[in-house]
Amino acid sequence: MPVIPYSQAIRDGLYEAMKADDSVIVIGQGVPDASQTYGTTSGLIDHFGADRVLEMPISEASMVGIILGASLVSIRPVMVFARMEFAVLAMDQIVNQAAKWHYMFAGGDSVPIVLRMIVGRGWGQGAQHAQSLHNWFAHVPGLKVVMPSTAYDAKGLLISSIEDPNPVIFVEHRWLHYTTSNVPDGLYRIPIGSPNLIRTGKHATVVASSYSTIDAIKASEILLKEGIDIDLIDLRTIAPLNDAMILESVKKTGRLVVCDQGHLTSGFSAEIVARVTEKAFKDLKEAPIRIALPDCPTPTTRALSNYFYPMPEHIVNAVRQQLGLKNQDPFLNVKPKDYLDSPNKEFVGPF
Amino acid sequence: MRTKSDFINIDKSKLFRKLLRVRMVEEELVRRHSEQEMRCPIHFCIGREAIAVALCESLKISDYTVSTHRAHAHYLTKGGSLYAMISEFYGKSTGCAAGRGGSMHLIDRNVGFVGCVPIVGSTIPIGVGLAFGSMLQKNDKVTVIFFGDGSTEEGAFYESLNFALMNNLRVIFMCENDFYAVSTHITKRRRNDEAIIRIVEGFGIGAYRFDGQDCNSLAKKLASIVDDVRSNGKPVFVQCDTYRYTGNCGPESDSRPDDEVSRWKERDPVKLMQEKLLNAKVLSTDQIEQFKAEIAAEIQEAFDKAQAAPFPLRPDLNKFVFKDASNSL
Repeated sequence: MPVIPYSQAIRDGLYEAMKADDSVIVIGQGVPDASQTYGTTSGLIDHFGADRVLEMPISEASMVGIILGASLVSIRPVMVFARMEFAVLAMDQIVNQAAKWHYMFAGGDSVPIVLRMIVGRGWGQGAQHAQSLHNWFAHVPGLKVVMPSTAYDAKGLLISSIEDPNPVIFVEHRWLHYTTSNVPDGLYRIPIGSPNLIRTGKHATVVASSYSTIDAIKASEILLKEGIDIDLIDLRTIAPLNDAMILESVKKTGRLVVCDQGHLTSGFSAEIVARVTEKAFKDLKEAPIRIALPDCPTPTTRALSNYFYPMPEHIVNAVRQQLGLKNQDPFLNVKPKDYLDSPNKEFVGPF
Repeated sequence: MRTKSDFINIDKSKLFRKLLRVRMVEEELVRRHSEQEMRCPIHFCIGREAIAVALCESLKISDYTVSTHRAHAHYLTKGGSLYAMISEFYGKSTGCAAGRGGSMHLIDRNVGFVGCVPIVGSTIPIGVGLAFGSMLQKNDKVTVIFFGDGSTEEGAFYESLNFALMNNLRVIFMCENDFYAVSTHITKRRRNDEAIIRIVEGFGIGAYRFDGQDCNSLAKKLASIVDDVRSNGKPVFVQCDTYRYTGNCGPESDSRPDDEVSRWKERDPVKLMQEKLLNAKVLSTDQIEQFKAEIAAEIQEAFDKAQAAPFPLRPDLNKFVFKDASNSL
């Protein structure tokens, strides 16, 4: 199996879905232009032409309505938001229309659209280019929300999302675009609603999604050196939420740490903790811990970014705390010159 | 513009019957509204019926229509089932949305009525999307988007005009201008009532403003426009001036100047057409009475059946949140 970046896996997923079904189109600001949405739409226009790989006016609100309308007459659109924030302009069409169309018209029609939303992070993205609002969408019945963390999952979940007869919010973390994994050629599917048990252990259950999964994997490696092993569950889909694997794991470990890319208050991490406390309270040996973004907008300066984003050390601390071990300040070793606002030292932007 | 209107043969008698039918349905809804059995917001279109009747006369069943919360006339004239509509108002499982919709979520895909929703302006882009889909599929279906003058204050309207124009979509933007948005007169929302059409013209879209009360004359003009949109593949905006006799929601009137109301009622579309057809001896009083009797019987049957129909059951609550293989009506 070739090892390719997540961004290319997205592109390959689009290519396979478009090849398999003539009604699939991709539309968005910058989709056919030189940058080709960070390489995630590279070359598609050469294969499928300008009728299926389309630029759009700066009209997010209407464009979601337009692809919704097209989906009612058998087109399968994928729309790209280069930042999730731009989807906020289209909340009426997403939340009031797309999510409810199948239900409010009693199942006659459905809205098979995919909304790719890219979440920015670091390198000065700031308050309006670095939010992950997946929690908002997961709250609305009728929307599916997937958050793949690996290139392999990204391709398989994208194909499943395009084939799904419902509206799917496909959340891509910008830093994940650079990560690589084994990705098979051709068409394959990861079912929506299937969490992935990345690592098994007995001491605690750690639940993560999207880029938080990368942090959790790093944390698990640190913990392992201390002789602590964890169940690490990558949710992959947050709506509809399949909690069976989490409940099974907590039954075994009795301890729960949840990591999320959203803010802490009313965030998705709260949903996981609530489910477990409601359904498996007696299995818990300790109060669960949530790791999420602080309740403040994203600062632009690299100096404050260093103290804004949770790091693997936060997860390590949380698991240690669950086991009654002593912790240290996770920011203790962070120096302003470390500049944690980029995925690696070689990265010089732009995003 | 090329006009074929002189050659378009409109059966005035049938057209009048359709107009009368919408009016009589509305009047029956008004009569029964206070019974508290139709428990959903109902937005009446009494006074504005002629526009839908005139436009749908030239549409094919396979053409698409979307509308707003004030959709009865659009739904009925496109061919939507009266019984399914009345059932829907009663919240019955036999309703066109199986009781999930009420008056603001009408649908009948069998006749190309693709849906209507109460968020003002929201169906404008959705209608453009139907036309976009038609363009991608290379068919010549026409999409009609019905909306009120208030919708033209939403940004989605302008984004949609631009996209339809840039992509040469077969869309008729049908603005029913009744001068009120909820209960605010257009002069409190716009510099003047010419503003809408002048802005649309600025986009470079063909724009027309017609009298919305004279059903027969309007039907001829709109037949020509439908024909033109279908053959040329370009969007068109049409503003028809009209008036509703009720307030925004429910059968009651809101506080409007008496002289304004009486002035418009003098040009009531049903009265206007009836007088003309009687004077021209196209119809006789007896024929009109016969129409009324037939329509009344149809309405009575629809109400009787709808009232006797079953409500949805408890397991129906969570049905259709998502579509999957097991979901079917």
